[in-house]
Amino acid sequence: MSATTTTAPAKGRQMNIGRLLLEGRAFFALIAIIAVFSFLSPNYFTLGNFLIMSSQVAIFGILSVGMLLVILNGGIDLSVGSILALAGVCAGAMMQGIEIDALGVILYPPVWAVVVLTLCVGAAVGAVNGVLVAFFKVPPFVATLGVMYVARGVALLMTNGLTYNNLRGSEELGNTGFNWLGFYRLGGVPISVIVLAVIAIAAGLMLQRSAFGRWLYASGGNERAAELSGVPVKRVKITVYVVSGMLAAVAGLVLASQLTSAGPTAGMTYELTAIAAVVIGGAALTGGRGNVRGTMLGAFVIGFLSAGLVIIGVSSYWQTVFTGAVIVLAVLMNSLQYGGGARKG
Amino acid sequence: MTRETTDEVVLAARNVAKSYGQVHALKGVNFDIHRGQVTTLFGENGAGKSTLMKILSGVIQPTTGQIVLDGQPVAFANANDARDRGISIIHQELSLAPNLSVRDNIFMGREIKGPTGVDFAEEERQVRALMEELEEDIHPLTPVEDLRLGQQQIVEIARALSVDSRILIMDEPTSALSASEVEVLFKVIRDLTAKGVSIVYISHHLEEALTITDHAVVLRDGNMTAYAPRAEIDLDWIVRNMVGENYDLGSPPQTMIGKVALSIRDLSVPDTTGQDLVRGMNLNVREGEIVCIYGLMGAGRTELLETVAGRLSASGGEIVLEGHEISHLSIAERIARGLALVPEDRQRDGLVQTMSVGQNLSLASIGRFTRGMFTSRRDERQLIDDSIRQVTVKTSGGHAAIGSLSGGNQQKVVIGKILATQPRVILLDEPSRGIDIGAKAEVFRLLAEGARQGLAVIYSTSEVSECLSIAHRIIVMHKGRISAEFDSSVSKEKIMAASGESVAA
Repeated sequence: MSATTTTAPAKGRQMNIGRLLLEGRAFFALIAIIAVFSFLSPNYFTLGNFLIMSSQVAIFGILSVGMLLVILNGGIDLSVGSILALAGVCAGAMMQGIEIDALGVILYPPVWAVVVLTLCVGAAVGAVNGVLVAFFKVPPFVATLGVMYVARGVALLMTNGLTYNNLRGSEELGNTGFNWLGFYRLGGVPISVIVLAVIAIAAGLMLQRSAFGRWLYASGGNERAAELSGVPVKRVKITVYVVSGMLAAVAGLVLASQLTSAGPTAGMTYELTAIAAVVIGGAALTGGRGNVRGTMLGAFVIGFLSAGLVIIGVSSYWQTVFTGAVIVLAVLMNSLQYGGGARKG
Repeated sequence: MTRETTDEVVLAARNVAKSYGQVHALKGVNFDIHRGQVTTLFGENGAGKSTLMKILSGVIQPTTGQIVLDGQPVAFANANDARDRGISIIHQELSLAPNLSVRDNIFMGREIKGPTGVDFAEEERQVRALMEELEEDIHPLTPVEDLRLGQQQIVEIARALSVDSRILIMDEPTSALSASEVEVLFKVIRDLTAKGVSIVYISHHLEEALTITDHAVVLRDGNMTAYAPRAEIDLDWIVRNMVGENYDLGSPPQTMIGKVALSIRDLSVPDTTGQDLVRGMNLNVREGEIVCIYGLMGAGRTELLETVAGRLSASGGEIVLEGHEISHLSIAERIARGLALVPEDRQRDGLVQTMSVGQNLSLASIGRFTRGMFTSRRDERQLIDDSIRQVTVKTSGGHAAIGSLSGGNQQKVVIGKILATQPRVILLDEPSRGIDIGAKAEVFRLLAEGARQGLAVIYSTSEVSECLSIAHRIIVMHKGRISAEFDSSVSKEKIMAASGESVAA
């Protein structure tokens, strides 16, 4: 973080450097983190370690993309951690087989069906958020806080508080392969990282190049003006919560696959990490400002920082302190960058 | 009317001027406020009345010139400083906290302290006394949000009275009051002046103001055009000085008036409590025709236009666009069919501050440059460049921040955004508010250009001179209804009279 804090913008060229450092702060912070930890530990700067760290970042990264969309809309989604757990538990339950009493059979859906159904669960919970916010005018903070509790509770009820440990499936039932998401690699790259990359690129294209992206930025920047310009603001709102829920379900699947278990207490406080990544990435919590590139950098800053602290043997309590400090610093920078414009408006 | 008249000057403005960058809001104003008398400021919107009042009440500081209080030049640091010296102001826009009670609002920021915190009993006693004086039956503990708008205005007045000021500035205090409440207010004003309090009064209700004032100051385009005692003035004099002899933005354009483009039939619009803000409105607008809707604040113009555009929903009636009933369509569908609104408040409803000039211009016509799933950058740039040229926005380019533009250019962006949707009917709600005369002329040029190509224009304004220089037809609205309809040869006085601006209404 030293790179972004030590420069005192003076004039002319120096001013430009200050501006550059301010706007690219997440990127420079990431470089600084990698440099510092590589210096402190010989094990940090290795391909193997980067791949491991990246597959951990993938979970938060996927959540952050969804969170970014919601925050661009001027909302917030506190329920993603709970949706992640609920999705994992649903997938776990389906892998154990769905008993249908009336017919006296147990259905073992194939893994692709498990994935699709789990995504539907995530989307459905997200839709509840969206409808509450868009049609019933419940403040996003409150609506998603409530859904956060309900989703977590349902996950606990489904398993009675226990964890599904056997997600392997079996050959004769034809539902093996769940571990693929968390363990397999394509050309040496973990599948989870590839999933993150695909999602990030798709989201980036959508924001920059599609009409929906423009609608999202406009309705987050000024909902009344967007509405009068013919933007379907309610539809945009519901869509971002649905996508956020769906991405939380993706993260839940990846996490369950990585851990080869699905527990109802998974993903506690992950929503806060996702929000932190979005904020570190330069998005404004008031909506309308932010992009996927920044959010990805934010997710990697948090992930690489905490992984680095683990590697050099700093206590996990200190990790919490560092992460918090980085978030506060990031918000401080955001208000520096946007402060002038906000006052004018 | 017997009154302790005095020539003692308590407050005086000496060559007071105020500029915002290139915009000269006030260009050297001189007048006196006498002890125990009412001085009224007359002027159209944008004439500089509000600026002048903000200077007198310490909200802003003049660029040049002096305020003289009791013979001593003073510079108020802020509004509190002015209040401490005995000057208080009743703002046109209510500045009450709706969630708090009447009592808490009146004593907000200067609570009466007792031995155990705030002395609520004493505050309540004083509020009761104030309400008795104002002959208004409002309980001190009623939340302000439960009051009618007029009653809220009474609370605002009571708050100003509770300070015991020597000089009281009232900005349109009667705009939401009923006739009987106005009577009471005028009685209070007479009592106050009898006690030696000086009043600065601003109102669009010219006749009403004439019944109470002792001196008149008339402003036009930031200049003081006249200053005279009551005995020397009448309604004609005020109007003449307000609008000027040669003040002209041109005349309505010659266009081909075609078939009916938009037809509003028996339209009613309710407010949140179910009272009609627009009542049984009927209006036809033809292709190539520019129709001005003139009216005072609260006449229902904004509600009418927002309903036609689709933001508000009507309680009855039909909106027919080129033969199709559209009142069930969404805003987007109405825009697609060629009906779009330039809203009244461009900051709140017109612009997205977080987006660039170009993105704001293209916002309402994204469909025009979307190819399949993605937007075409080249087509969008084309559209933006065309728009910037068409509405002559002065900007460094489409990538500039919207906040970098002047008010007039921001307004042109809003109009450009709507014109980019290729509308058949365009609604404009007070588009000239807060923009200078040059930008106003540009806006008129755009509208005239559009009308020549068959665009139907509905233009809402509270400035009479605008109606006369742009409109083929002038509709006057008063309390949600059409009170009169004129062609462009009508006199300013007649229009003002029909809007309720004088006793004739």
